[in-house]
Amino acid sequence: MKNSPTWIKGIQSGLPIALGYFPIALAFGALAGQAQLNWSEATLMSLIVFAGASQFVSVSMLLAGAGAAQIITTTLFLNLRHLIMSLAVNNQIRKFSPGWKAFLSFFITDETFALLTLGKDSGQPDLRTPSYMTGLMITAYLGWVSGTMLGGLGAGFIPLEITTAMTVGLYGLFIGLLVPPARKSLCLALIALVSMLLNWILVQLVKQGWAIVIAIILAAGLGVFLLKEEV
Amino acid sequence: MKVIPIILGMALVTYLPRLLPAIFLDQFHFPAWFEKWLKSIPYAALGALIFPGVMLVKEDQPLIGLFGGGVAFILSLLNLHITLVMAGSILAVYLLQTFL
Repeated sequence: MKNSPTWIKGIQSGLPIALGYFPIALAFGALAGQAQLNWSEATLMSLIVFAGASQFVSVSMLLAGAGAAQIITTTLFLNLRHLIMSLAVNNQIRKFSPGWKAFLSFFITDETFALLTLGKDSGQPDLRTPSYMTGLMITAYLGWVSGTMLGGLGAGFIPLEITTAMTVGLYGLFIGLLVPPARKSLCLALIALVSMLLNWILVQLVKQGWAIVIAIILAAGLGVFLLKEEV
Repeated sequence: MKVIPIILGMALVTYLPRLLPAIFLDQFHFPAWFEKWLKSIPYAALGALIFPGVMLVKEDQPLIGLFGGGVAFILSLLNLHITLVMAGSILAVYLLQTFL
């Protein structure tokens, strides 16, 4: 597969995310049904929001009878972290045209960001192309959208144990991406550990969504002092 | 349908933070310290994404998530492909729930 086009490599890189998203999206589609969203509304949400955690929260808020303003504000704060992730991703793709950047930025999630910045292809400049990134993003996106649609149609009943296990899979993705570089550099490991600790403390102190933003900003600030120029 | 406006609003406030850096990043040339901050973001972000969230995989049983995370950690130390790390942690948690 060494000489396959970059968009195929993108699809290959995006597949673990799509497989991780799919069963969780099935569960989301099913849950949305309980909140009186029909399958097309649930699918629309996945199509144009594409941010898993906030979608689950919005559905439970609908179930609890929350109003539009409340749900939209919560969504904004829950997804603010993507601003920081988008900064990091867009800094890598400065050469792309504005249209590509605006298009690709729509698909920035925790998982696509993690894979783009720390995946094994992330160190290869020749793979930093619109077609590679589109392949990766669209693959992940289709996993999420198709899972939502099938879950909303009631096609895929998945027992809770399996959904729980699949949720661990996405943490497995994060851990599997973080451990190799953290092993090679004590500084990077320290940044990650401090971030965990800060986030743990902050989730008890501040509102949902903010803790992770503040933890990332502060812990990455540690890198300003720890990293050498050429990292 | 009354949920459509809510969904549209959610889409807007979710896309905006993703889009802003795509529009404005070009206009800045960052000093070296800011570049280091940007390069540190993935490690800080993954740390904060993993913990304490991993304990909420099964909300009333934090040990289940920690166990899955631990398995993923050990598998990553073995330099396995990311798909295998994911599959291993999924399998471990599935078996733990089934036999506990």
